[in-house]
Amino acid sequence: MATMTKKKLVQWDPADVKAELLSKYPPKVARKRAKQIMINEALENETPEITANVRTTPGIITMRGCTYAGCKGVIMGPTRDFVNIVHGPIGCSFYAWLTRRNQTDPGSDGENYMPYCFSTDMQDSDIIFGGEKKLTQAIQEAYDQFHPKSISIFATCPVGLIGDDIHTVAKNMKEKFGDCNVFAFSCEGYKGVSQSAGHHIANNQIFRHVVGENNEEKPGKYKINLLGEYNIGGDGFEINRIFKKCGITNIATFSGNSTYDQFASCHTADLNVVMCHRSINYVADMLETKYGIPWIKINFIGSEATAKSLRKIAEYFGDKEFIDRVEAVITEEMPAVEAAREEILPRTEGKTAMLFVGGSRAHHYQELFKEMGMKIISAGYEFAHRDDYEGRQVLPHLKLDADSRNIEELKVTADETLYNPRKSPEEMKAMQEAGVKFKHYEGMAPDMDQGTLVIDDLNQYEAEKLVELLKPDLFCAGIKEKYSIQKLGVPMKQLHSYDSGGPYAGFKGAINFYHEIDRLVNSKVWSYMKAPWQENPQLSAAYVWE
Amino acid sequence: MLLRHTPKEITERKALVINPAKTCQPIGAMYAALGIHGCLPHSHGAQGCCAYHRSALTRHYKEPISASTSSFTEGASVFGGHSNLLQAINNIFTVYEPEVIAIHTTCLSETIGDDLKQIRTKAQKEGKIPAGKYVFGASTPSYVGSHVTGFSNMVKAMTEFAESTGKKNGKVNIIPGWVEPADMEEIKRMAKLTGVKSILFPDTSGVLNTPLTGEYKMFPDGGTTVAELKSTGDSVGTLALGEWCSADAAIELDKKNKVPCKVLDMPFGLKATDRFVDALRKIAGVTVSDELALERGQLVDMISDMHEYFYHKKVALVGDPDQLIAMTEFLVSIDICPVHIITGTPGKKFEKRIREITRDMPFEVNVKAKGDMFLLHQWIKNDPVDLLMGNTYCKYIARDEDVPLVRWGFPILDRQGHQYFPTVGYKGGLRLLEKILAALLDRKDRDDPEIKFELIL
Repeated sequence: MATMTKKKLVQWDPADVKAELLSKYPPKVARKRAKQIMINEALENETPEITANVRTTPGIITMRGCTYAGCKGVIMGPTRDFVNIVHGPIGCSFYAWLTRRNQTDPGSDGENYMPYCFSTDMQDSDIIFGGEKKLTQAIQEAYDQFHPKSISIFATCPVGLIGDDIHTVAKNMKEKFGDCNVFAFSCEGYKGVSQSAGHHIANNQIFRHVVGENNEEKPGKYKINLLGEYNIGGDGFEINRIFKKCGITNIATFSGNSTYDQFASCHTADLNVVMCHRSINYVADMLETKYGIPWIKINFIGSEATAKSLRKIAEYFGDKEFIDRVEAVITEEMPAVEAAREEILPRTEGKTAMLFVGGSRAHHYQELFKEMGMKIISAGYEFAHRDDYEGRQVLPHLKLDADSRNIEELKVTADETLYNPRKSPEEMKAMQEAGVKFKHYEGMAPDMDQGTLVIDDLNQYEAEKLVELLKPDLFCAGIKEKYSIQKLGVPMKQLHSYDSGGPYAGFKGAINFYHEIDRLVNSKVWSYMKAPWQENPQLSAAYVWE
Repeated sequence: MLLRHTPKEITERKALVINPAKTCQPIGAMYAALGIHGCLPHSHGAQGCCAYHRSALTRHYKEPISASTSSFTEGASVFGGHSNLLQAINNIFTVYEPEVIAIHTTCLSETIGDDLKQIRTKAQKEGKIPAGKYVFGASTPSYVGSHVTGFSNMVKAMTEFAESTGKKNGKVNIIPGWVEPADMEEIKRMAKLTGVKSILFPDTSGVLNTPLTGEYKMFPDGGTTVAELKSTGDSVGTLALGEWCSADAAIELDKKNKVPCKVLDMPFGLKATDRFVDALRKIAGVTVSDELALERGQLVDMISDMHEYFYHKKVALVGDPDQLIAMTEFLVSIDICPVHIITGTPGKKFEKRIREITRDMPFEVNVKAKGDMFLLHQWIKNDPVDLLMGNTYCKYIARDEDVPLVRWGFPILDRQGHQYFPTVGYKGGLRLLEKILAALLDRKDRDDPEIKFELIL
């Protein structure tokens, strides 16, 4: 092992690496990519500017997906009691069928459509003559068969082109049924530049059609919503376990293992905590404007981050009893985490990793790697915006390009009856002075070391080059990247869907992650790349008897 | 219960597909194109299609799947995708340096009406295709047929390379259809054993079952070369395995290059393999080797050894038409009874073939093309089976109904081995029998009461 570690201590200059990444591109592509590759200066909130949320150049093998994937796959995927019908040819629905590893508990009501895949399976005649009739019929059949609380409709590319009015179809069916909320998402794959547009579209429609539908007061003293947690590998279950232990009532998770009623009553919570800033900050903002619920950024990836996030929640509510209980939970949970950490630390300390994933995960997971003594030498997001890199203070300076302008921005105002600021302006001010940061996210770059490479929308070619030049001990991205990296002899961990593991959130999740990364970076398999005769080819062709 | 909302009572659905037994054309086109050496499949559409297809293929093959996309945005969707494609072609040849780009369309570019041939001509005129490199493509609208149709369309498009030099090459073209890399290898091995020189296209062996060596080859050593594709026009004949996957390409070669063709079933099981070997022998005018005859005898031996556990067992099958036809025949030939058979791929002929094959079976058969797995599940609830065979999605039905499952088909997302162990041919038949028997007997061992628990089975 010692020789392997030594071999990887390559001296490199980030500017040279950047130049090398760009060298093969046609000039126009190189100019564009240069703006998306940033050498980090790690100055608090004064990071250099990075270009993000812009189009991927055609022909460049991107890690990104489409708007439909962001809307149906990510946000609406883990909603268990909606019948989610995809209006389009069969593929779009098929590929989003159980592939994201969102775990689901059907609960006491027993409704769970997660293992199902619904599609209108459009045929050429539907493309030529329009698909509204088929969609109407499909909604009727879904209603007759399942009688769900809600049916949602997702537009795929051709639907937008042929001009099917899915919203009117949905509205008519909702009126016809009377006891089923039917609404639609215009989430055609070609909209926007990545999944991100789909998150926004999903958030808008859930906010417009479901949020605020149930005003019934839910029991609980410390009521929050957990925004941007998708229960991949059971992350949400672990976070809810901790919440329960602390006495926190989670009214709604957006949207891991979520139900219609959770969304419908989320406006009754008193605090929004935001996990994935990229996918869900829209909902947090809208809930604050319309109902007066403040939001804070939290992160349950990493044991320290989890403890810190719990303390933030406790601080917000400010109850001594609650603060003490949270401290007691942390005290109770941490010894097991520490024991696991101490066990793996000698084997993980000093190892290097790269993270190219999501719109928040590449940031969140740095916490866990730090706990393992590992160093992040390069990171970036697949579909994030500048604020996710540099912090929300850049928001007023973001220029709206044509692609972003096409995505609806909901105009939300304070609700006439339900707007109720949870804290008075004085209380908010006092809390802010005490260090509580509302509506605040500092982004990933300030947390990364100086001279590290921050790269937006990394592609296959650059990924391979980075691994070749910087020889990390671990690479983290998605399934499409997994095996090209591993062929290079470097272990690769999926941080979208976690391969087969998880949960990695919370305290127990941290322990799982330590073991998983320890396994990956220390697996014997990476030493088997060369056969003995390839390692020592210079031996003469005589038998050598020792 | 996982599929807790699936009722036993069957109501007719005209518009809503639930739990599909098919996916869309482009993924089939992508898989086929990977079977050309040095080829980068290109998806002409929005980014998501390419991302989804790459992900699905990666999860099944556990191998890197390189493919690019035209990354349509709203503008391209309004004004057409030709400038995206021209840009893509230039970038691909500059950055990734493939020998060939195989473009397939999507529902988006088809609905817009982009003309691939026209765009290619423009790319050629503008010098975006380097000398000695190739761009070709297939129209694969997602709203027609299924993934099988897309595979067939891309294979048919490969015949564009075929040249007739006037001098025969003495080889037989074999179009294997959508089978595993290991199956393609096995088909080549069988041809070689029979003493036939063959050109197999497409050929994903050596592309999607590559070794781990510390070196990543974006374009691995395997795949049918362009030179071989060109040579298919000079072959003595073509054997197309599977009507849905391979017939169109074979017929096209016949029309275009006057290479006579014969369409056979995919060589799954004893009889279909017999027909394949027999056709190979006849077309090449050779005598079948003793080695192959030995393998056949071994398969027959295993069928006889296991027959007591197979006789009149009921099976439900889901998959693609060519595979299902051959598998149904195989099962019937060993006295297993496939009673529920579903494919999502349309084609009336399918139902007819299945009814012919199962005509003498002692049980009524339920068969449907353009069916879905929701219906299959309901059939199983109404008439239970001893075994289920199909892709990984079947495991939800298998668990709910407590039926043993043999994973077979596409996609297999939760087990390994399909890339390496063939199920075609006589050897593949042995593996299928082994898997079927293991599933049935594991179940017997689980269910038998202690007093009936047997050491020897």
